[in-house]
Amino acid sequence: MSDRTAMSAHDTKPPALLTTSGRIFLAILVAAAVLVPALNLLTSPDAFLHVPTYVVSLLGKYLCYALLALSVDLIWGYVGILSLGHGAFFALGGYAMGMYLMRQIGTRGVYGDPVLPDFMVFLNWKQLPWFWHGFDLFPFAALMVLLAPGILALVFGWFAFRSRVTGVYLSIITQAMTFALLLAFFRNDMGFGGNNGLTDFKDILGFNIQSDGTRAVLFALSALALAGGYVICRYLVRSHFGKVLIAIRDAEARVRFTGYRAENYKLVAFVVSAMLAGVAGALYVPQVGIINPSEFSPANSIEIIVWVAVGGRGTLVGAALGAVLVNYAKTYFTSGMLAPYWLFMLGGLFVAVTLFLPKGIVGTFYDWRARRTEARQVAPEAESLPPAGEPKPAE
Amino acid sequence: MSDIHLLAPDALPPENPAADMDAPDKRLTEALLYLDGVTVTFDGFRALNALSFTVDPGEMRAIIGPNGAGKTTMMDVITGKTRPDKGDVLFAGATDLTKLDETQIATLGIGRKFQKPTVFESHTVLDNLRLALKGQRSALSNIFRKETGEQRDRIDAIFETIKLTEHRDRLGGALSHGQKQWLEIGMLLAQDPKLLLVDEPVAGMTDAETAQTAELLREINADGHSVVVVEHDMTFVRDLGVRVMCLHEGSVLAEGTLDQVSANERVIEVYLGR
Amino acid sequence: MILNARLRSRGCALLLALTAICALLLPLGGARAQDISAPLAQLATDNYNDTEAALGALALSGSPAAAGIVAALADGKLVFSTSPRQVFLKTDAGLVDPVTQQAVASPPPVKPVRVNNRIRRAVEAAMGALSLVSPDPAKRLDAAVAVARSRDEAALPALEAALAKETDARVKSALTLARASIVMGKAGISDAERIAAIQTVGAEGNQDALAILRSVPADASPAVKEAAAGAIAGIERNLAMWGIAQNVWYGLSLGSVLLLAAIGLAITFGVMGVINMAHGEMVMLGAYTTFVVQEVIRTSWPGLFDASLLIAIPLAFLFTGLIGVLIERTVIRFLYGRALETLLATWGISLILQQAIRTIFGPTNREVGAPSWMSGSFDIGLMSITYGRLWIIIFATLVFAALLAVLRLTRIGLEMRAVTQNRRMAASMGIRTNWVDAMTFGLGSGIAGIAGVALSQIDNVSPNLGQSYIIDSFLVVVFGGVGNLWGTLVGAMSLGVANKLLEPYAGAVLGKIALLVIVILFIQKRPRGLFALKGRAIEA
Repeated sequence: MSDRTAMSAHDTKPPALLTTSGRIFLAILVAAAVLVPALNLLTSPDAFLHVPTYVVSLLGKYLCYALLALSVDLIWGYVGILSLGHGAFFALGGYAMGMYLMRQIGTRGVYGDPVLPDFMVFLNWKQLPWFWHGFDLFPFAALMVLLAPGILALVFGWFAFRSRVTGVYLSIITQAMTFALLLAFFRNDMGFGGNNGLTDFKDILGFNIQSDGTRAVLFALSALALAGGYVICRYLVRSHFGKVLIAIRDAEARVRFTGYRAENYKLVAFVVSAMLAGVAGALYVPQVGIINPSEFSPANSIEIIVWVAVGGRGTLVGAALGAVLVNYAKTYFTSGMLAPYWLFMLGGLFVAVTLFLPKGIVGTFYDWRARRTEARQVAPEAESLPPAGEPKPAE
Repeated sequence: MSDIHLLAPDALPPENPAADMDAPDKRLTEALLYLDGVTVTFDGFRALNALSFTVDPGEMRAIIGPNGAGKTTMMDVITGKTRPDKGDVLFAGATDLTKLDETQIATLGIGRKFQKPTVFESHTVLDNLRLALKGQRSALSNIFRKETGEQRDRIDAIFETIKLTEHRDRLGGALSHGQKQWLEIGMLLAQDPKLLLVDEPVAGMTDAETAQTAELLREINADGHSVVVVEHDMTFVRDLGVRVMCLHEGSVLAEGTLDQVSANERVIEVYLGR
Repeated sequence: MILNARLRSRGCALLLALTAICALLLPLGGARAQDISAPLAQLATDNYNDTEAALGALALSGSPAAAGIVAALADGKLVFSTSPRQVFLKTDAGLVDPVTQQAVASPPPVKPVRVNNRIRRAVEAAMGALSLVSPDPAKRLDAAVAVARSRDEAALPALEAALAKETDARVKSALTLARASIVMGKAGISDAERIAAIQTVGAEGNQDALAILRSVPADASPAVKEAAAGAIAGIERNLAMWGIAQNVWYGLSLGSVLLLAAIGLAITFGVMGVINMAHGEMVMLGAYTTFVVQEVIRTSWPGLFDASLLIAIPLAFLFTGLIGVLIERTVIRFLYGRALETLLATWGISLILQQAIRTIFGPTNREVGAPSWMSGSFDIGLMSITYGRLWIIIFATLVFAALLAVLRLTRIGLEMRAVTQNRRMAASMGIRTNWVDAMTFGLGSGIAGIAGVALSQIDNVSPNLGQSYIIDSFLVVVFGGVGNLWGTLVGAMSLGVANKLLEPYAGAVLGKIALLVIVILFIQKRPRGLFALKGRAIEA
């Protein structure tokens, strides 16, 4: 809080990498990464503080969603790119991991083929398709988790940003992109298991994927990935690069007339965001045990947006918080008698957030805190983004 | 992929005409800015009609004219926002601006202030200037960029010039209209362009602010920057004391000193009124 | 074309000549056609040879009684008496005269005319030949097609006799084809005749002709084979052309569906700049309105069923229009100028509407019936045109025209355009801009409802109906150029036709993916669509 106010004479110190809320956020994640596995593994099942394994996996899933929301916030909150197809990058990362897990099954499949996954044997394929090669090696699969979404984002973004497709037009074509992928992955002859996707995983890096230990480690990794993703995003948005991104969000033409190649900035942010989404997908798949084409459905991608909107776009922490809150609500309501009403609630949430809480929970909290500190004659902390100006109408 | 230069310094493409500027033999004209027969049509409406004029290095030029005369379109053409249907636009005698986009033209050294003051509203005044400051423009290297002492001094100097030092930590969006105009001029200065295009800099300013702005532009001009100012405010134009050009229906109606232009029958008829 | 026509006329001339010769050679053809006393006498001899001869004569006689006699023989109901030598038909009412159908007053003792396998075959041939001259053209057509398939040389005389008398163009062409196909395969026929027959078949240009041409005997001379190959190539070209025409037709009908779905969006998105993600749900509500209207009609006024769609159209328009106004007043008006937020809020509304319909009507498909005037089809050349598709194309055109008229000619249309162009100016001229916004949104939604009435005829009426159209609709509007209704028309039709032309090569799913990719690339090439507005105004 002090870094901004201290800048009386021309202070060169940039705003701190970690703000107060950022520190709290990281502290919670690190604590969770240690405590949750510990409470799961080290306590007896009937102890008061025991965390059952299904809860560990559920929380791990939430953290993956939080990382996905973070990746969306990077481009929506800071560059103004509303991607309605980010689920595609998540799913691609997930499929890359799923392919590795499929190759690990080996002869333990129903058909016992040492190389071909069950669905290929079922389809009477004789040979592994070329794009399945290499996925038996974890480092290669891990690289693909980054590269598959990254390259798609690079190619798509290169076309889109270079020809200056912006605003709702960009949103619509990102939606069309994920829809096209949805249709493609549903096809059996694509070689990704068609309708059923990839499932029945056995182990990861030699560890049984069902075991409590593996689950706990996956959870801890998800927490650390979220923490790492947060630090990366935070580093990006407070750099000179990040300032250009925000400038692009508010006045793209001005940025171009200032001599910046706006499309390259957007492209870098888009690719980084897609890779983060890919990592989220890769951590998600072993914890839920399946990846199928429905992850590409446009509705999934739009749901991510509401997580970010609920938490507060342009706050990073808020995106993660929103993802966890909305998904907790989803788990809570869809498992009980209220299940038929969940879609009413989700729909209502979309409407209510845009109408009554445009800055989301965290953004509203920052505003409140800024007003309070201003009342105490202190300049606001730089961490909260001010209102994004009046967003441009559809061009 | 060759269009993308994530790491290229200043985002200059290899075929960048700026390299040509060192080769004097390629120069077609001594003028800094050279427009010849530029025509722009929007759905049958001629916004610019065979517009021709030149701006010399170090010159300040004022442009007046009624609404719809093509002043903003002219700026759009020079800065690469609009492509002319025909005509030549040369910068520094050798660079064909019609082939370049906004970013390339800005990098060449042409800065533009918009009619509606456009600053980065969610950035502080200081960050606005930092963003505009001449220097590294490529995306990847800006992730790890550190501010140098030289850059700090330059920004301090600009703050002195535009008199916004005490507002440096306020948000761009929180400034008054006149302050935004000045901040935008300051951002232009930070870009250190060879040519400044300034669209209605004193719209909405008080008389005192107007006089200060004229003074500011004269200073900038005296530092060696060429300036083209579009303005309706005749007092301001008189304060500038420079060569004046009157546009009408997309071409030059009259050119000369303000007194000469104001005495022109056609200018009185279409613009000044009797 | 001229060459084809000449070939055809030469073929016809040849055929006429052949028919004339046949007529001279056959004593029972021509003038004495109606008199069947001789074959009847032959039938009464109870001799297989005579019976067979009699059947041949009956088949060619053209007598109206012949068919009944042959059928009776097949059923064992043809009887004869030896004195006098006479045949009768045995009916429930006793014996009747085969020609006059008069009951026989004092029946003589009778026995059935005997039948063996040879006679049974002759009966079949005779029945085929008789159907060739049946008074019902549909029966004649079926018979001709059957003969063409069987390519039975024995049918040739009957075929030629029928051809001479035939007046119906379709039957005549089928008969010609049948005759030519028999001639083509007949042994010991000259090359010239064979080639003439091939050309006759080739001129037909359909699938049947293709099958016949492919069966040219292996021992045929090279000239004949060449003629056949040429005719096959010609037919395949012809078929390919008709295939394309058929796909274009399917494309236009798909384009009309897209137009119906997208045109309301063109209003809300194109004119108002509002991204309405609940647009698809408006279409869905329109379809459910149709369902409810049909349910009410079914239970209360079944006679009105054919008019159910006509009743549903205004109701769907009003209902969805009203919902649209409600959404505009309660949500969208607070979000003007914030396109992305509008997108999110309307997506939420779409979830709510879907779930509401799911709660009320259940998640499964609902049955919406087609009125009688929408079922059936007719042929143009080798294309089959279903009335359902035809009506959808007509309906889409009407809706489009009506919408243009509303925008161009009415007061509210004028106000809508005024508000779009300059809201503040319009307001200061006394236009109630709030009201115009609500009406515009209502209009767009109402048209979506009308689209739902049409789509209930071709798609499953389920809560997810709208989802499948929303992305396509957006692409159509963006592809055509926002704010331009004509662009929407051209966009819908070109996407529809492109989709159907891609399908045969790529399959339905890959074709769709290819189209999505093409549109994505196109939008990047021309971000403002096909019919982009130019100039400063739109950049404000």
